[in-house]
Amino acid sequence: MFDGFGAVELARAQFAFTMSFHIVFPAFSIGLASYLAVLEALWLWTGRAVFLDLFKYWLKIFAIAFGMGVVSGIVMSYQFGTNWSAFADKTGPVIGPLMAYEVLTAFFLEAGFLGVMLFGLERVGPRLHFTATLMVAVGTLISAFWILSANSWMQTPAGYAVNADGQFVAVDWLKVIFNPSFPYRLVHMVLAAYLTTAFVVGGVGAFHLLRDRQVAGTRVMFSMAMWMAALVAPLQILAGDAHGLNTLEHQPAKVMAMEGHYQSHPDGAPLILFGLPNQAAGRVDGAIEIPKLSSLILKHKLDAPLAGLDTVPRADWPPVPITFWSFRIMVGLGFLMMATGLLSLWARWRGTLFHWRFLHRLAVAMAPAGFVAVLAGWITTETGRQPFTVYGVLRTLESASPLAAPAVGSSLLAFVIVYFAVFSVGVVYILRLMAQPPHPGERGPASDMPARAAGITPAAAIAAEGSAS
Amino acid sequence: MIAAIDLATVWAFIIAFAVFVYVVMDGFDLGLGILFPLFPAKEDRDVIMNSVAPVWDGNETWLVLGGGGLMAAFPLAYAVLMPALYTPVIAMLIGLVFRGVAFEFRWRTTRLQQNRWDIAFAGGSALAALAQGIALGAILQGVHVEDRHYAGGWWDWLTPFSLLTGVSVAAGYALLGATWLVLKTEGELRDKAYRLSWLLLFAMLGAIGVVSIATPFLDIHYAQRWFTWPNVILTAPVPIAVAAVTILLLRSLAERKDQQPFVLTLLLFALSYAGLGVSMYPFIVPQSITIWQAASPANSQIFMLVGVAVLIPLILGYTAWAYWVFRGKVKAGSGYH
Repeated sequence: MFDGFGAVELARAQFAFTMSFHIVFPAFSIGLASYLAVLEALWLWTGRAVFLDLFKYWLKIFAIAFGMGVVSGIVMSYQFGTNWSAFADKTGPVIGPLMAYEVLTAFFLEAGFLGVMLFGLERVGPRLHFTATLMVAVGTLISAFWILSANSWMQTPAGYAVNADGQFVAVDWLKVIFNPSFPYRLVHMVLAAYLTTAFVVGGVGAFHLLRDRQVAGTRVMFSMAMWMAALVAPLQILAGDAHGLNTLEHQPAKVMAMEGHYQSHPDGAPLILFGLPNQAAGRVDGAIEIPKLSSLILKHKLDAPLAGLDTVPRADWPPVPITFWSFRIMVGLGFLMMATGLLSLWARWRGTLFHWRFLHRLAVAMAPAGFVAVLAGWITTETGRQPFTVYGVLRTLESASPLAAPAVGSSLLAFVIVYFAVFSVGVVYILRLMAQPPHPGERGPASDMPARAAGITPAAAIAAEGSAS
Repeated sequence: MIAAIDLATVWAFIIAFAVFVYVVMDGFDLGLGILFPLFPAKEDRDVIMNSVAPVWDGNETWLVLGGGGLMAAFPLAYAVLMPALYTPVIAMLIGLVFRGVAFEFRWRTTRLQQNRWDIAFAGGSALAALAQGIALGAILQGVHVEDRHYAGGWWDWLTPFSLLTGVSVAAGYALLGATWLVLKTEGELRDKAYRLSWLLLFAMLGAIGVVSIATPFLDIHYAQRWFTWPNVILTAPVPIAVAAVTILLLRSLAERKDQQPFVLTLLLFALSYAGLGVSMYPFIVPQSITIWQAASPANSQIFMLVGVAVLIPLILGYTAWAYWVFRGKVKAGSGYH
């Protein structure tokens, strides 16, 4: 099936495939965990049942998404060794500890408190339960911190030296962790996770508003989601812009690929809106462009010179067509998300937030926008730093395992089949839950489980303990 | 140099600890999956799943720590072993995907009579257990290393010995699962778990025996380690302790003391694991790479040691709390089906 591809190409395809599937779940669960913590806090604070109903409604969805994130994440943690063993040997001393800290500070925290969060409300009481929810939410953010630090170090390596065995070793851990692109990437990704969740919640709320406007839970979730969209989408555009300027400073070839700038522009570069990048010829065919605007955005001056890929050795070019297009998809969706948020503000001001069917239809259509934008953004940044795994220092070709193509091809095929079989069913289950409106007296995951059915109180559990011993 | 030696040894023990915690914690939970086909009734399956649903994710996190920690503390060993164990590792990961999603998915399917996620849970658990056992055997028999790379073939891991360890580990996990059910259930389910524990205990003892006899024949170093004077003074207590724990375990099964069999099975695992440690030390890839050759630079290992010293006790603390919250027998809730 994969005849004609080399082992490295197949390993890259495998990483891209398994990573793309994986990132969707954390992007959702980072945002959803925070949302659940907010809902439970509001319930504890106001005592309004609608918040508890919404908490239980989204908790069931969270349980499924989190489970899929866990199992697809375990695959990632072993893939560095299976397909990229040379990379693992060389970078292990630097990014290994960052990932070990992710496990120690984040994964255990999430996993340790997840059980109580999902099934323990009756057993531990509301306050302790809220603590568990908070720990899970904090865990997802700590996880983002470490893994984005590791990724950013690969993009903008700092604080390291190379030893006699050709391994990267840390010289200054603070410089390793807080490498130049890390703060930008972290903010950009966490905001992306929040936006992704906001649009999913908003889409589900809008879907039910279109059917019945009177359900309290539906109204509350739609209103909360639209506040997030209106506030976070503009922030995200600012954060993205700052991230882009940081990339221009540290990874100029990536920005050239994003902009489609094969040629240098000594007196003001145009902004290419659309076009077909022609990698072989080194130009963008049929470009629709606005003169000088790229220089204005990137250098804040109309006539500022901008170098193009003609200043970069051909062997170091990223695959421009992919980077160029994925960047446009991400930015386009970002502006659509902001437009949705602004429209909701307008509707709120006019008092038609729960009645304007156009807004609801738009929100339903935009429900998956965050996922697509997250994927497009990651594709932009990961293809844009090619042909390196550690930018400028370690080439992708030098990172792979000494494996034959059939081995990598077979495992790729296995992952493709298994992921589609398993995760598509998971998505169907999630959509099925979303198709139900939130009910008053909503049941959480626990009450679907007969053995831990509602009514198990700490007293009953202790009684059971007593009779067993 | 003395300091560096100590650091690598400390890390070898940390990784060994993480892998051991993984083996026993995910061991019983994979074991439940292996035993699943023997409990066809939906009520029993619901109870079995519920006995572990709140903690399985934490159990599996130790596997991520084992893998991630190995890459960080012994990157060369990670880089050599993963390609060498390519097929078993991929098989394990795929098994874990199927059984991991089953915890949530099996409550969501509309086809309640023929729940395919029950099959995924059982099949995935068995595959993961088998793959882990095979990987253990493949490590013990040694891998071919040249110039910091795995230099063997794609099928080198597959030998009669690795198949033997594969089946052995699966049998051991099933025993952990059965004794966990003795601990967590009651009534007919517990009676059946008792009967299975008897069978599986003999299976596991047989497996320990056969693997112990076969290992010294793999490599002369193993034989020298175990049977030469004065090593034998240090190694002889291991089999003696195994015999003692076995007697206690047989008695606890006979006297039907619900809490004891699981704890004693954990002890049996700990002893077998210590025996493997005796065989391997100081190699991390047997007969080719020692822990000192594979070790990360001292500053990487020290940087992580700080975190481990502070965080592992904390993790053990809140993990114990999570188990405590869900302590006691899991009841089949009548009236909620």
